[in-house]
Amino acid sequence: MITFDREPGSYKHWRLTFDGPVATLALDVNEDAGIDEGYKLKLNSYDLGVDIELRDALDRIRFEHPEVGAVVIASGKERMFCAGANIYMLGKATHATKVNFCKFTNETRNGLEDSSEHSGLKFLAAVNGTAAGGGYELALACDEIVLVDDRSSTVSFPEVPLLAVLPGTGGLTRLVDKRRVRRDLADVFCTTAEGLGGKKAKEWGLVDEVVPPRSFPQKVQERAQALAAKTDRPRDAKGIALTPLKRTIDEKGIHYEHVDLDVDAEARTITITVTAPAGDEAIAIDAMVERGAQWWPLAMARELDDAILHLRTNVREAGIWIVKTRGDIEAMLRMDRALEKHAGHWFVRETIGFIRRTFARLDVSSRSIYAVIAAGSCFAGTLFELALAADRSYMLVAEEGPAIALSAMNFGPYKMVNGRTRLETRFGRGADDLRQSVEKKLDANEALDAGLITFAPDELDWDDELRLAIEERASLSPDALTGMEASLRFGGDETIATKIFGRLSAWQNWIFIRPNAVGEQGALKLFGSGTKPKFGWERV
Amino acid sequence: MTWKGKPTMANINYDEKIPNNVDLSTNKTLQRALEHWQPRFLDWWKELGPAVFQNNDVYLRTATSVDQAGWATFGMVKMPEYRWGIFLADQKQDRTIGFGDNIGQPAWQVVPGEHRSTLRRLIVTQGDTEPASVEQQRALGNSAPSLYDLRNLFQINVEEGRHLWAMVYLLHAYFGRDGREEAEGLLERHSGDVDKPRILSTFNEPINDWLSFYMFAYFTDRDGKFQLKALAESGFDPLARTCQFMLTEEAHHMFVGDTGIGRVVRRTVEVMNELKTDDPVKVRAGGAIDLPTIQRYMNFWFSSALDLFGSEVSSNAASYFAAGLKGRPDESLYEDHVANGDFSLDMPDGKGGVKTESVSMRNAMNEVLRQAYIRDCENGVKRWNKIIEKGGINFELRLPSSRFRRTVGAWAGIPTDPSGQPIAPEMFAAGIRQWIPTPEDQAFVASVMQPVMEPGKIAGWIAPPDRGINNLPVDYEYVRV
Repeated sequence: MITFDREPGSYKHWRLTFDGPVATLALDVNEDAGIDEGYKLKLNSYDLGVDIELRDALDRIRFEHPEVGAVVIASGKERMFCAGANIYMLGKATHATKVNFCKFTNETRNGLEDSSEHSGLKFLAAVNGTAAGGGYELALACDEIVLVDDRSSTVSFPEVPLLAVLPGTGGLTRLVDKRRVRRDLADVFCTTAEGLGGKKAKEWGLVDEVVPPRSFPQKVQERAQALAAKTDRPRDAKGIALTPLKRTIDEKGIHYEHVDLDVDAEARTITITVTAPAGDEAIAIDAMVERGAQWWPLAMARELDDAILHLRTNVREAGIWIVKTRGDIEAMLRMDRALEKHAGHWFVRETIGFIRRTFARLDVSSRSIYAVIAAGSCFAGTLFELALAADRSYMLVAEEGPAIALSAMNFGPYKMVNGRTRLETRFGRGADDLRQSVEKKLDANEALDAGLITFAPDELDWDDELRLAIEERASLSPDALTGMEASLRFGGDETIATKIFGRLSAWQNWIFIRPNAVGEQGALKLFGSGTKPKFGWERV
Repeated sequence: MTWKGKPTMANINYDEKIPNNVDLSTNKTLQRALEHWQPRFLDWWKELGPAVFQNNDVYLRTATSVDQAGWATFGMVKMPEYRWGIFLADQKQDRTIGFGDNIGQPAWQVVPGEHRSTLRRLIVTQGDTEPASVEQQRALGNSAPSLYDLRNLFQINVEEGRHLWAMVYLLHAYFGRDGREEAEGLLERHSGDVDKPRILSTFNEPINDWLSFYMFAYFTDRDGKFQLKALAESGFDPLARTCQFMLTEEAHHMFVGDTGIGRVVRRTVEVMNELKTDDPVKVRAGGAIDLPTIQRYMNFWFSSALDLFGSEVSSNAASYFAAGLKGRPDESLYEDHVANGDFSLDMPDGKGGVKTESVSMRNAMNEVLRQAYIRDCENGVKRWNKIIEKGGINFELRLPSSRFRRTVGAWAGIPTDPSGQPIAPEMFAAGIRQWIPTPEDQAFVASVMQPVMEPGKIAGWIAPPDRGINNLPVDYEYVRV
């Protein structure tokens, strides 16, 4: 089983150092410490284990080091920034493993941009040597890229010419959408295995600056300091320690303090139950900070995030996630008022960001999600986002039955990666008319009329409706469902992130099952063997 | 449409009002559904059920239980007060699925989610035919040849109503909200309504004369019988048991069709012998329906009924069988219940001829049903020909070929003569007047349909029945007009 919790003391691949408002995250991969067996992580190449540490390090910076305003992503190796995802690892990975790996690394890179946009945390890629494939893609996720000009180091996308796959971790999309590299130049760049360095890399817009080796460290420092100077993160605040999650695993599932997973292997379902905050959870800013990682919004989000990653990676056959909540709606709405009121405080802002990124993982999870709103549930405000993230929702009609409620938190802070709230995405329009319902408890029929839930069976129908709906879903093709759900979940305009998760990932995942990449004579399979791959020439 | 229900628990004695063996008095889901549906059913019955005699006493059979004593309880009843009940054949302990890929697994006692929509569609399609036939036949009470026949018509009508109840029961008890919506839909579609027609096109044609009614009861209802027999094998046990019980009632409908056509033939033979003629014009002048006209009616109704079985090669039929949802009639008589073999079909060769094609047995399930049906149809034809032969007349009624006049399946739109020989379109256009009823035939048949409402009296175009209902004499006042 792969777990996702790490702590800096035991990092194998990254060194995290701090210098006032600038943190440096140096990649120094231990080539013998791959997360799986059968490959060496040479040339600062990465696998899932390397990326799990990166994710942890980013969260440490976000929460434990509020004084940091800029992060330098650097290399701990001489003249080698990063060679990207390890080819031998990809060559032997199953299709599902490849897809899941790419999804996680995409989410981590999106997280850099999310923090840059929302949290005043800027990122600088200090490319001290070759940045190939995923290495350059990591740099592309940063706000600025400085490339050493030693007359040999390049940034490159060798995927197409050497491996017959794509730079699929956002690379193609960010070239043209983020850096606005001209498409014909991008075309040349993406088919030139050795890549581009020096002046030309700058001229084409692939990097922001090229610097000779001697002045490289100083230039990086200058730029990092300049980025840090722009931050609105506090210089003098004390960080919040991300203490280890309390988690027990048994044959029934995984149990956290606020999140519980109940596995039904035979029915192929997972019931995810999220518990609302207690009525006396801290809502004053000092008390929130005092609570730190135990504060409900952060604790719940960290647990849910861990649960989602665990399920995606380790529990692949249970294709239906049944999301439930429990607790007191008033307590949830009270907490949401506090979140809204203190949204400008760095800790609350980071917490909201964490929740936003966690909920965004649900949107791109290749699982059917049904929200079940029954007696004792607490689908209100922040937790109502779970129902909105679901593919459908069932709410019980009964005397004294369950209620749902919206809060101000449903109208902005938890935007999906398409740049819209889930309410806006759901209705395909602005959702301001629903603001009049904020903090009103809606019963099932009212929720149905407002379009906030899908079905409202009564007590007589409830059990059978749910059983049938779940059994029916469980009988459908997982692949078709994944494609259907992914397409229906993201109505509206495209963003860089939706293009990456939709267009780029879909093409990559298609190529990942094509013989030209993974067949016995495919490029990914034969890479490094000295044998030339044999392509089928038919254009599909 | 979204169902927003509130449970209501009115204190009604359900078992008294609605005879049943499904524990209706304790099943709140079913009670709630029926409370909503039953008044609508009654409204539908009054509006679109029999156009006349709704408030007259009719000597009807009512099922009050499934055992020997209860399934046929006779008495005088006004139709709107008929006690439509819900009955399933007794449950077999530990019944397993008898065919397809799930063979040997326990029969489903609840709807498996995987097959929810398919089962619902099968039940709705079957259920839609039941009220449709009542609607088609609603005007026939105006022209009944005898009180005995009038009563038989109404018996069939109320039982088709009960069969609707049986299908609605399944929808209500096992399909939740969707099921209730579909049950409403069964009352909202109407035979012949351009905007809301019945699902199967044959059920949208009105039946305005009694010869057509007997033909319908013999040929079209017999399709229903075979569909029910196939569904009676279903791995979804409540459906299987419902259909098993429906078949006991369906037998009477076949009887009405079989003896009805037989009595028409007998009367025609009598008139031919009285007048010593085989000239249709003279037979008609004698008040009887000539044998060639009867043959044309047979050609029409038999070929229409064949379409109801669907295409010769059907992926739907294959998947119903594979999943264990719909079997073959009398599945236990087959040796191979997995049916992975082949089936040989006569198909048009596209050049005006016939070729033999081998298809997978599962894909040919519609044809398997159709052929069993055709064999069953032959029995009545033999009986009718016996009557003709006994009367010393040299004439033989014949079922047309299953390729003749088809609008569904491989032979759809391919012109053939009644023997199934492919012919040129212009030959077909010329021949069809001799092969199916012409407007003149229909006008003649309509002209003899004069009502006879005195006990024991019978119209001149049909012979009296051999015996009455439930050991009562033929001249009993079966309907108090």
